[in-house]
Amino acid sequence: MTTGNIFSFATRRSFLLSCAALSLALALPAIAQESIKIGLVTALSGQSARAGEAITRGLAIAIDELNAKGGVLGRKFELVRRDDEATPAKGVIAARELIFKEKVAVLFGGLDTPVSMAIVPIVNAEKMPFMGPWAAGTAITRNGASPNYVFRVSAVDEIVDKAMLQYAQKTFNTKSPGMILVNNPWGESNEKGLTAALAAKGMKAAGIEKFEGNDVDVVPQLTRLKSAGADTLFLVGNVGPSSQVVKSLDRMGWKVPVVSHWGPAGGRFTELAGPSAKEVHFLQTYSFFGKQSPVGEKVLKMLMAKYPDIKGAGDVTPAVGVANAYDAMQLVALAIQKAGGTSGDAIRQGFYKIDAYDGLIKKYAKPFTPENHDAVGENDYVWTHFIDNQILPVAMK
Amino acid sequence: MLITSALISGLGLGSMYGLLALGFYITYSVSNTVNFSQGSSMMLGAVFAYAFAVGLGWPLGLAAVASLALCGVYGIIVELVAIRPFARRGSNSWLMATVAIGIIADNVVLFTFGKEPRAFPMPAELTGSINVLGVGVSPLQLAIPVAGIAMAGLLHAFSRSTRLGKALLAVVQNRDAASMMGINVGLAVSIAFAVSTVFAGAAGILIAPLFNVQSDMGTLFGLKAFAVAILGGITSAWGVMLAGLLFGVIEALVTALLGSSYTQIVTFTLVIAALALRPDGLFGRAEVKKV
Repeated sequence: MTTGNIFSFATRRSFLLSCAALSLALALPAIAQESIKIGLVTALSGQSARAGEAITRGLAIAIDELNAKGGVLGRKFELVRRDDEATPAKGVIAARELIFKEKVAVLFGGLDTPVSMAIVPIVNAEKMPFMGPWAAGTAITRNGASPNYVFRVSAVDEIVDKAMLQYAQKTFNTKSPGMILVNNPWGESNEKGLTAALAAKGMKAAGIEKFEGNDVDVVPQLTRLKSAGADTLFLVGNVGPSSQVVKSLDRMGWKVPVVSHWGPAGGRFTELAGPSAKEVHFLQTYSFFGKQSPVGEKVLKMLMAKYPDIKGAGDVTPAVGVANAYDAMQLVALAIQKAGGTSGDAIRQGFYKIDAYDGLIKKYAKPFTPENHDAVGENDYVWTHFIDNQILPVAMK
Repeated sequence: MLITSALISGLGLGSMYGLLALGFYITYSVSNTVNFSQGSSMMLGAVFAYAFAVGLGWPLGLAAVASLALCGVYGIIVELVAIRPFARRGSNSWLMATVAIGIIADNVVLFTFGKEPRAFPMPAELTGSINVLGVGVSPLQLAIPVAGIAMAGLLHAFSRSTRLGKALLAVVQNRDAASMMGINVGLAVSIAFAVSTVFAGAAGILIAPLFNVQSDMGTLFGLKAFAVAILGGITSAWGVMLAGLLFGVIEALVTALLGSSYTQIVTFTLVIAALALRPDGLFGRAEVKKV
């Protein structure tokens, strides 16, 4: 058919329309080919919104940096976020939408272990690489699936528990620790982990006490631990509940070392817990304070340039969300590069092929193997405490 | 030491439950309805006081009074919106409506006040820790039961010796007769709800320095307070207050002696057992329905 034939029986408008349709048809696959979609399912509203925002920022910085270098395989990255409202059911719906409708290449999870646990079976069934930048539940990566599509750049409860004991022994010469744990699945998972860590060293807890997230007074539980002879407390709870423990200790006048999971980092711990907040030593995967590596300096500079509310290290909160997400995204890009494409299985194997990456949290060497899907280990944790509103490494006064 | 510290913790928390439960008692006596969102009223007391004291920098006393006034207004609104339209038609839907208004209040606070828990300033005179029988306690922990019991006493005196109080009592005894005697029953019911939310608000302000201010701080308290109100026999003011203290002390003793895993199991089993043995509550009288 010649052009003349078209004009002979078509109006000018329909010609223009078909031109538009043609150009769209040509352009669309080109765009789809160009960008690699990265999905994120996390809490973007509610109590944990700040954490979701931190993950977003870490990802955004890494993606900006990668895209500025031309992306991977000649394609740029694009972030697609969905809110899970910290509930597993919403998380599952969001994950399905990102996998089936948005066709993301890799799916990132958020900070709630129960939400990630609900998504894990789906990603393994759909061969969708999943990266956890926060939730620490041991079973997220150790889920029994083979092949396993779930990877993580964050703390792992079981390893955290070992690290808590190791730190307590080294720093406070702990012989008989007591546990004060929030009464929920997180507390329970750590009760198991801490008990196992103690057993591995032939030790036993002086006592194990639970408290409700909304308890005003934890004095009765603490008094039990004190009379049982606890010489150190292992604390697991979010920022509000943790501050209730500290205030109760103050009222009792009991000065005892407190070694904590990373709960206090999630809010205004000093304001809530009072002057004794600084006595609580808790774990982080990264701190933007102190002497930074070149990567640390670069990331901080990029954060300050992109987000006007970040004026210094103190404004990067919660720092673990930003740092974990940044390194995780860089590792994902490397995996896709090694995979040479975006098929789920190729990316999964791509993760194993990463040899080295000079990252923010550390210099990663062989971060993932078929046996180990957790890139951050026992020796990568930083012990910190609050000095006023800032989370500083314990060594820094 | 275990028992002394449990007793002190228990009396403090118990008087909070008592104050909230007194709110149930007041409205139930006057109108046969209750505000199931007493927990939210308590939270509002703390949030308003925080907004005035920390947000606007008012002195604590003034902030507390202003907050209690707003709590009173909130109570009147609850009654007008969530109770009156349903009670008038003889419907029990006020039950759900008051739960709903509490959820709305919690979420409005979440939206405006923010998601993060905040610290309520401790009055300077009450900071530090004092030694009572070898146990370190905060002076506020001793002040709370005193304030709680004093408020219950004030309520008692108010209802016996003031005109308004007597009018309320008249409505309690016979609504229709009171109405015929020229007592404005609608107003009496409004006042009862205002008093009930003021009590809850006072509990919120008293507990705030020991606790954190956040939108869901009252939920568990509201639930326990209702158990306390039923346990005390919802028709007796002193009974309700005593049941509150008892509940708080038992809760703390169970935690101290048996461990925290048993606290809720044992406490609520005891509530059920007590009600099975005394269906009208520990201190209540059987209600006589005249037909």
